[in-house]
Amino acid sequence: MDRVIKLRKGLDIRIQGVAEKNLLSVPPSEVYAVKPIDFQGLTPKLSVRQDDPVKAGSPLFFDKYRPEILFTSPVSGRVKVVLRGERRKILEVQVEADGKQDYIDFGKGDPLKMGREEIIEKLLNSGVWPFIRQRPFDFVANPSDTPKAIFISLFDTAPMAPDYAFILKGQQKTFQIGLDVLTKLTEGKVHLGIHPERSDISFVEALENVEIHSFTGSHPAGNVGVQIHHIDPVNKGEIVWVVNPQDVLTIGRLFEEGRFDARRTVVLAGSEVKKTGYYQTMMGASVEPMVKNNVKEGILRYISGDVLTGKKIEPSGFIGFYDSLISVIPEGKYFEPFGWALPGFNKFSFSRSYFSWLRPRKTYRLDTNLHGGRRAFVLTGIYERVLPMDILVLHLLKAIITDDIDNMENLGIYEIVEEDIALCEFVDPSKTEMQKILRDGINALIKELG
Amino acid sequence: MKALIKYVNKIKPHFEEGGKFEKFRSTFEAFETFLFVPDKVTTTGSHIRDNIDMKRTMILVVVALVPALLFGMWNIGYQHFLALGQQVPLWPAFWFGFLKMLPIIVVSYVTGLAIEFFFAQVRGHEVNEGFLVTGILIPMIVPVDIPLWMLSLAVAFAVIIGKEVFGGTGMNILNPALTARAFLFFSYPAWMSGDQVWVAGLKHGLHAVDGFSGATPLAEAAAGKIDQLPSAWHMFMGTIPGSIGETSTLAILLGAFILIYTGVASWKTMLSAFAGGLVMGLILNLFAVNAYMQVPAWEHLVMGGFAFGMVFMATDPVTSAQTERGKWIYGFLVGFLAILIRVLNPAYPEGVMLAILLMNVFAPLIDHYVVEAHIKRRLKRAKVSVQ
Repeated sequence: MDRVIKLRKGLDIRIQGVAEKNLLSVPPSEVYAVKPIDFQGLTPKLSVRQDDPVKAGSPLFFDKYRPEILFTSPVSGRVKVVLRGERRKILEVQVEADGKQDYIDFGKGDPLKMGREEIIEKLLNSGVWPFIRQRPFDFVANPSDTPKAIFISLFDTAPMAPDYAFILKGQQKTFQIGLDVLTKLTEGKVHLGIHPERSDISFVEALENVEIHSFTGSHPAGNVGVQIHHIDPVNKGEIVWVVNPQDVLTIGRLFEEGRFDARRTVVLAGSEVKKTGYYQTMMGASVEPMVKNNVKEGILRYISGDVLTGKKIEPSGFIGFYDSLISVIPEGKYFEPFGWALPGFNKFSFSRSYFSWLRPRKTYRLDTNLHGGRRAFVLTGIYERVLPMDILVLHLLKAIITDDIDNMENLGIYEIVEEDIALCEFVDPSKTEMQKILRDGINALIKELG
Repeated sequence: MKALIKYVNKIKPHFEEGGKFEKFRSTFEAFETFLFVPDKVTTTGSHIRDNIDMKRTMILVVVALVPALLFGMWNIGYQHFLALGQQVPLWPAFWFGFLKMLPIIVVSYVTGLAIEFFFAQVRGHEVNEGFLVTGILIPMIVPVDIPLWMLSLAVAFAVIIGKEVFGGTGMNILNPALTARAFLFFSYPAWMSGDQVWVAGLKHGLHAVDGFSGATPLAEAAAGKIDQLPSAWHMFMGTIPGSIGETSTLAILLGAFILIYTGVASWKTMLSAFAGGLVMGLILNLFAVNAYMQVPAWEHLVMGGFAFGMVFMATDPVTSAQTERGKWIYGFLVGFLAILIRVLNPAYPEGVMLAILLMNVFAPLIDHYVVEAHIKRRLKRAKVSVQ
């Protein structure tokens, strides 16, 4: 912890609507959903049918190609509907809660006294396993792999992101059990990325069996991918695993209580929210009870996740599997006369191309307007300024666009996922869809590798 | 304004698929997006986007060119009346230059934009904004008495052969404005060099007063008349004959400041280009065998089109190197070669245009080696971690 890794590249978007730090309760949601689309590269296969009764921890679907990986219900009740999209793709498996919350008992256990296989089995059976993801590619981890290390970023720098120091307060014991589980899964170390100011140092210092690394800097310093790059980068053929801080708690509770306890603190934030804050709810819960009568007038966009990488959901939609944040921002469907030619005292920009640089502390009510049209790449050097990694973003993207597999590998496709280049996409004057291009590239690469 | 938005939205369906004027969709879009930032919202990826777009980027370059443009207009008048032996106040001189300049700018934009619109239409693309900059750059790097048909031809050549055949803005290899100038330079040398073309009227039989030479400092220097060079101060301020926008280093530096401060152009390219020019100048000083080679290295930086080329043309992000390390190398070589060609080549009095075009061609190669070195470093890291 002596060495602080200072990241100088990046950008903190000055958006309005950062959540206030107060814990709020919300009436329990009546419907919950697990969404196969939350998992990259997953082909789901259903284990239940409509109206089947389920308990908290009962499998809803599994991975067709790795059937041991189960995705389970967060609540007890009955399967309300299986929502399908184009070509019968499964979008959501909705469960109507019965309010009794019957759990399947997976048995308590002390991870330090258990074998690796035993631990993995418990994680798989309970549906907690999918909380562990692998890099490269951001897939659900493969139980037959042994990662060279496991990484957890204990702070999030994304716009309006939750403050994990606040969420984790008082749950040190459970967190430690979660960490103990993870230490059993890797040959290497469990690395914890912290921010000297944003993390609760006394909480961190009391933790055992982990390697602590301090990072400072703007977003994306909190991205686990960026931290991996600076601690122990992923090369071709190597695999590391990552887990979100709140999901470490879920893992911990599985061993502490013997059940899949899907409770989660979710931040409701955004300029259009009346009462922002930290809501005690559950993963997969409908956001409706949180946002009902709690948002301002107008056409709004609801996002599960942060505004850079999250998924658009309906006002009655569900919290994503990995998300601890619901953002609500205005839609930007309006015309702006000569918008590109005005001085722009009120327009946030990473560049100094508008006069908003005169007020470096002002916060902005940012909307979803694209602010321009799609163009070929013209500017250079701007993308690398918001990515604190040794990666030539523009060249990597060009390699992907031209289907050049060799250069994709050489230029670092194993090291980044969508969230890492989200800022590049944000600042891009050519309005390129970089996150989509990257995912297409990853898919092409996997197809090629077979 | 609201009525206009309403009107545009009313006629919009005609231009969409299946509408009466479907063929003119790109043209419609170009005008629509010129009037308003459209109501498009994000669909994939990041839900919010920076306010900057290509129009804003390009318009900032135009803004950065304004000081040099205004000065150039005034200087047209100033030089003209100087040739007549008259001293006129600021405004009449500016007005004279403005009237001379206006048709040149109009012809440049009309020709170029017509071609851009045509290509966008054929390809079904939106109209690119690149020509906003090219269209004003070209008038600033030609002599004032250039015949308009000649200019129009050069613009057409630059846009079609220099840019559109490669796929439009962002895909071209050579800087379009310099392509236009090179076309003029090699096709109509009589109109692009000599003592007659730089001052309005001389080519058309205007009789200059005794002792007035219309030659640019570079022409004087190339002819060996080093003692007739204007003072460095005059060359810095720009009260000398030359291409319309290139003469005032001061006005150009003002533009450079705008470009660097807004982050539109790379300060690395600019700085290394000036460094490259200075280094070549010093080398020439060191081995000086004639008077031209003895011209102090720093004076080269305020002479001719050096400053203009390095600030506005070498930094073109599309045709310059695209890696950060590549920009240092590219910029240095542009400056270095510009002075080398300028001083040692007997055929061309100025080397900036050729140096930039040459390095435009080599920029992808520089990038290639920078990227290879980057890949090698990454692979080395992989090996270290395996051990």
